[in-house]
Amino acid sequence: MTAALDVRGLTTRFETRAGHVTAVNDVSFAVQPGRILGLVGESGSGKSVTGFSILGLIDAPGKVTAGAVLVDGVDLRQLSDDDLRKMRGRKVSMVFQDPMMTLNPVLRVGDQMAMAVRVHRPMSKSAAFEHARKALEVVGIPSPAERLLAYPHQLSGGMRQRVAIAMALLHSPSVIIADEATTALDVSIQGQILAEVRGLADTTGTAIVWITHDLAVVSSLADDICVMYAGQIVERGTAEQVIDGPRHPYTRGLLDSIPARHEPGRKLPQIPGSTPQLSHLPSGCPFRPRCPLATELCTTEPPLDIRDGQAVLCHYPLERA
Amino acid sequence: MADIGNLTGNPPSAPLETRALRLRNFWSDYRKSWIAVLALVVIIVMVVASFGAPWLVPQDPYDLAQLDWGDAFLQPGETGSGGYVHLLGTDNVGRDMLSAILYGLRTSFLIGISAGVLALTLGISIGLTAAYFGGRIEALLMRIVDLQLSMPAILLALVVAAMLGQGVGQIVLALVVAQYAYFARTTHGAASVERRKDYIEAARSTPLPTRRILFKHLLPNVLPPLIVVATVQVASAISLEATLSFLGVGLPLTEPSLGSLISNGFKYIHAGRSWLSIYPGVFLMITVVAINLVGDQVRTVIDPRNSR
Amino acid sequence: MTNPILNIDAVSKRFTRMPSLTERLVGKFTGGGKPVTVHALSDVSLQVFKGEVLGIVGESGCGKSTLGRVVAGIHAPSSGSVTLHRMPVARQRGGNIHKLTTRVQMIHQDPFASLNPRMKVGETLAEGPRHHGIIPAADVQAAIRDLLRKVGLEAAYADRLPHQFSGGQRQRVAIARALAMQPEVLVLDEAVASLDVSIQAQVLNLFMDLRHDLGLTALFISHDLSVVRHVCDRVAIMYLGRLVELAPADQLYADPKHPYTQALFASVPTVGTGRRRFEAIRGEIPSPIDPPPGCPFHPRCPHAGPRCRVEVPGLTGAGPGRTVACHLNDGGVQMTKGAA
Repeated sequence: MTAALDVRGLTTRFETRAGHVTAVNDVSFAVQPGRILGLVGESGSGKSVTGFSILGLIDAPGKVTAGAVLVDGVDLRQLSDDDLRKMRGRKVSMVFQDPMMTLNPVLRVGDQMAMAVRVHRPMSKSAAFEHARKALEVVGIPSPAERLLAYPHQLSGGMRQRVAIAMALLHSPSVIIADEATTALDVSIQGQILAEVRGLADTTGTAIVWITHDLAVVSSLADDICVMYAGQIVERGTAEQVIDGPRHPYTRGLLDSIPARHEPGRKLPQIPGSTPQLSHLPSGCPFRPRCPLATELCTTEPPLDIRDGQAVLCHYPLERA
Repeated sequence: MADIGNLTGNPPSAPLETRALRLRNFWSDYRKSWIAVLALVVIIVMVVASFGAPWLVPQDPYDLAQLDWGDAFLQPGETGSGGYVHLLGTDNVGRDMLSAILYGLRTSFLIGISAGVLALTLGISIGLTAAYFGGRIEALLMRIVDLQLSMPAILLALVVAAMLGQGVGQIVLALVVAQYAYFARTTHGAASVERRKDYIEAARSTPLPTRRILFKHLLPNVLPPLIVVATVQVASAISLEATLSFLGVGLPLTEPSLGSLISNGFKYIHAGRSWLSIYPGVFLMITVVAINLVGDQVRTVIDPRNSR
Repeated sequence: MTNPILNIDAVSKRFTRMPSLTERLVGKFTGGGKPVTVHALSDVSLQVFKGEVLGIVGESGCGKSTLGRVVAGIHAPSSGSVTLHRMPVARQRGGNIHKLTTRVQMIHQDPFASLNPRMKVGETLAEGPRHHGIIPAADVQAAIRDLLRKVGLEAAYADRLPHQFSGGQRQRVAIARALAMQPEVLVLDEAVASLDVSIQAQVLNLFMDLRHDLGLTALFISHDLSVVRHVCDRVAIMYLGRLVELAPADQLYADPKHPYTQALFASVPTVGTGRRRFEAIRGEIPSPIDPPPGCPFHPRCPHAGPRCRVEVPGLTGAGPGRTVACHLNDGGVQMTKGAA
């Protein structure tokens, strides 16, 4: 079965005053239809830039310099601008952290959604409206017909994000990229949306890349997880493998520093130092300055160690506890 | 004890940023536009020439004792009774045009800069007060400012100048009245945004005295966009003063001013003696355009750097 | 229980926005143009004991941030009072708040906005204590260096500007600034919410160390249940401006009694696989501009009854040191968890 999304060696660079910055460094992963991949990282890890790079949304001073992005077997990087535009929204779509990045504040919801439908599939306005109404129903919006007549500012934050997700679903894309889609929402609303997203992947067979910094969300939602650090994927595997048996010191450190895993009041194990500056990366492994296991060997590029389908970019991958 | 949150190999952000480093960065960004650099050079030359006029030019054109009616209407390049070449000719009373222009430029700069600085001070005070205290004070102050902004600056300056009469002080006052509103509005806009930020709230809740908050916290963060506005407003003040003098409401003919030179020479344009008006006009235009170009580049350099 | 030092007594806070002249004129035709009142806090009563860390948890519109600001003296309550050692924390005179005490200091959420970008860090730390005479002028420099070291930063950083620091470091500076005033109570408003997970652990550790070394009393406002559980002694749950449950942390997490608390715990994902089914609370959070009558949670509550729609439940005892605002808890009747 071809993967819905197959990213191979994706590399994105930015030109800044401080020189080249490689925000996405040789990133590779694949998502099968109906599966959810969690792309996890802290700030500066390159996870959002990866999402934008997949859709070709990187503008100067950034540029995707290498790699292939295959959606249903078609390499997006080889397409012309026109063909790429036809793919966006149809085969692969994106949901952003701020729903107002998707929604036009001066148009009614129904009008925008109908427009989005008709741009890829010519049909009558009423047919497009009906299509939109069904999409709103799918994401669990009550009284969808009424909502179609509303302006975005008349909806709550959670509703707006649901509309944004519905818009992403309008053409039953093969892949949806969600970039911190529930981060700005209240916990209870987030719970509702995550439940719906899980349901969507199961019933429609859409592959979903869920970009987030929240390990709790990703461990409950995702089938597979990629952990990013300083623009590279440092660990990749199924959710069970990565959460229950992390093999990269960074992943292990990250999971260990979560309060929920410790007795209240105890000092939390912490990863020393701060997230790296991409313009000042050390040679070899980017995690070296903060890693408890680092040695001289770590000044050279770490190899990709794969076992049972769990990949780790490390000279000293940990054994599963 | 708590672990140090910063280990070897991880410098915080950037190397220690001294004022010198910031200036160097600013200059290297500014240099990217050769036109702006040229404009800056032109302004510097103009300022030096105009303020150094008494030493540079052969004649003080406003000292009546030095004038000779016999030198009137000399063409550019001709030699006059004083034995020197009038590079830009002379006017109807025998003034050396180049000398008159430089003296006029000096007046323009003096008036423009002082009006700019005073309007800036007044505008900032009003804008900051309105933004910080809010409520009725803000409503009242900004209504007045809005009212004034709806009137053309020239009209305002004209009315005030006509009421106050001629003279340098009166002109500066008229210009300040005409221009402070723009500063007030810009300050109010920027200050309203900053006012809501957490560091102001933190300062208020310490609590710190209001004066300290206004001058040490709010003002420094509101200043950058104002510097750009100030630059452009100086140019505007210069051309406003010239306009007023041209119309006869500004400086009297006995005081150097580019505007009155232009006005004076107006009668002779069609008589084939265009150099009386054209040269002062050209100098005025170059000055104003140069200041605007510098202000533009400063804005370009400051803006994206802040957002990076 | 030891002595309560901070007394929050029936505090309500309303924000009213008066319509502008144009809005009122237009409103004559459209029926709008009325003053809009946000009921941020309604009748909140709480005591904070010396040396304890009290967690305040809730979602948007619950009023936790407003409560923090009222305690810190940034807003004066519309009714009720906040007293520290029985002295009011702030008094409203005319249009201004006069903060009567420097003894309550606040740490804000956004480390990128809570420091003056144009002031050196050392100066930011020094200005408060210098102005209030908390540290004599001669000792200020040394005290600042000490303080920086205490929060895990190098003393030399006093000469740097905020933008040269990372988010975690800035938050440490914010903590130092609060401590410089030698406060009795700290209010932390989502102080770690904007930080990366690995940095969050560092700052939480710092807070716990300082709390232990300095005997701090703190109000820890957060939406993150697991963080609150880790650092707080007691936890208060807020919903739509009201206090709905208060209990010692371990008891609350083991046995939540209010339906909202139960639903909240059930809907929050935790780290660990064993694929969970998300038990989502149905419905949206109402707006604090137009709170529903009676119990604020009744529209979404699986156990709501006729009394809930009409009468606001008061805080009643639910065990030692525990209170709940729920009609189903009246008279000590226990609720069964998961009765939905």
